[in-house]
Amino acid sequence: MFSLVDTVPAIRLAGLRKSFGPVTAVDGIDLEIADGEFFAMLGPSGSGKTTVLRMIAGFEQPTAGAVELAGADVTRSAPFQRDVTTVFQDYALFPHLTVRQNVEYGLAVRGKGRTERRELATAALASVRMEAFADRRPTQLSGGQRQRVALARALVVKPRVLLLDEPLGALDLKLRQQMQVELKQLQRDAGITFVFVTHDQEEALTMSDRIAVFDHGRIAQIGTPTAVYEQPQTEFVAGFVGTSTVLDRSASEGVLGRSGTFMIRPERIRLTPAGEASARDERHRTGTIAEVVYLGATTKYLIDLSSGHRITASEPNAGSVRQRGDRVQITIRPEDAVPLE
Amino acid sequence: MFLTKGMRVGLRIATGVVLAVLYVPLIVVLINSVNADRAFGWPPSGFTLGWWSRAAHNAGALDALRTSVVVGLLATVLALILGTLAAMSLQRYRFFGRDAVSLLVILPIALPGIVTGIALNNAFRTVLGVPLSLWTLVVAHATFCIVVVFNNVIARLRRMGGDLEEASMDLGADSFTTFWRVTFPAMRSALLAGGLLAFALSFDEIIVTRFTAGQGTTTLPIWILDNLFRPNQAPVVNVVATVLVLLSIVPIYIAQRLAGDPSGGRV
Repeated sequence: MFSLVDTVPAIRLAGLRKSFGPVTAVDGIDLEIADGEFFAMLGPSGSGKTTVLRMIAGFEQPTAGAVELAGADVTRSAPFQRDVTTVFQDYALFPHLTVRQNVEYGLAVRGKGRTERRELATAALASVRMEAFADRRPTQLSGGQRQRVALARALVVKPRVLLLDEPLGALDLKLRQQMQVELKQLQRDAGITFVFVTHDQEEALTMSDRIAVFDHGRIAQIGTPTAVYEQPQTEFVAGFVGTSTVLDRSASEGVLGRSGTFMIRPERIRLTPAGEASARDERHRTGTIAEVVYLGATTKYLIDLSSGHRITASEPNAGSVRQRGDRVQITIRPEDAVPLE
Repeated sequence: MFLTKGMRVGLRIATGVVLAVLYVPLIVVLINSVNADRAFGWPPSGFTLGWWSRAAHNAGALDALRTSVVVGLLATVLALILGTLAAMSLQRYRFFGRDAVSLLVILPIALPGIVTGIALNNAFRTVLGVPLSLWTLVVAHATFCIVVVFNNVIARLRRMGGDLEEASMDLGADSFTTFWRVTFPAMRSALLAGGLLAFALSFDEIIVTRFTAGQGTTTLPIWILDNLFRPNQAPVVNVVATVLVLLSIVPIYIAQRLAGDPSGGRV
């Protein structure tokens, strides 16, 4: 875990706001990201996460608020004055330069000598296993290869913070899963703060130390992947991160016998064949499987309860898959029903 | 799209006819420039390079060629600088009146030459009090040469987007370094294409030239017009016209190849 107390945060955002004409894209963000943290900004498109990233990089000027890097206010600094580099969504490799020249670019504009440039670029390309492609042009590379070059180009200048804008969005599933692991390793080796923007909740859960879930230009919740997944605070977070059943007031009374709004993850609901329950349970906690969604490792069931509510449950596929129309009894432990705001 | 055999044949014939109407007259000029028959009898009575050698020694034609090249080059340079600046400001920044300025920059290419010519003639002589000269001609040509440079550059800037420049600044390059190392290389082939088109436009322009060239400033097309109906000059006119066609086609051909270059990269 990261202590935010005794070290200066790599990034501090205070009251950050950004309006584009009448549209407010970012609506008051306060956030501290610790040095060496792998931090995810997760949210649907239009939730303001990319705009926040662009304000950290310096491509957008905030309408209000401040951006601090390592304790220094850089709100009005140009991008080239900030110790931050970016891996762009479409990689933005320079088409007129070779792979090596792309990687050397940041060193060249910093006035590093030819030999040093070459050494550092070669090492950076090796760290992403692209040294064999040094003399190619970006147009001759596949998406995954371009991504590696973009990573090498951004990391070779040893920035304090690396920003990644939907870094895996353009890759196919297999490559994406492989890159998730590699990114994590790269970050650990480089010891650099990574801030990445994604709309893919699985990506955020697997890679990051902490996640900020964005909704309409605000942070809906911030915490470790476990906290965000297990203890979502709002219905939005519960719905956006993973699947869940949200029980409103009347449903909670009926299904749980408690008052308030609750969220239950599908894998926390235990299913047993109906018929072994007491009379009270019979009324509220038995149902019929209305839909079966086979997912390979697990199967998702949509269950219509006798009380008229519908819940989602899932089970690992260890034995036989339940059938549509089967009567089941559901069991929910009290601690698995998470109260929402 | 599905075309019947009849339609396909029809379209082919139509294409052939249109191309023939466009290019057969040009080919006739070319053939007549080496036609031994002084009255251009048809079919040509023989082959001669006599007209070419006479043209090569014709002081008026050579002088006009020199003037055309000088005017074309100067107007192109002016257009390259102004057109690029205009394209960059209109593509990269939003400001009040941006669309209006954009339209105003492109408009000269659509204006009838005679209107541009008369307007500039008036502006130079009566409003500004500048006597017509080679320089007024250069400025006049630049007004429409800017358009092709502007269009080429703005199309390239649009295609390249702002990402590359952001990436450059992100990696520590200031605005000037970014322009020099990223923006300019990306625009290079567009600039060359725009410049070649601009030169070709200037090189064969006649109407605006008529109204804005000073006394004694004769460009090649003007020289042709002046000598067209002098019987003893007619063979030389064919030669000069052929030269004019070739000098216009080559830049256009190269420009087309460059504009189609998808990587926008090397030249």
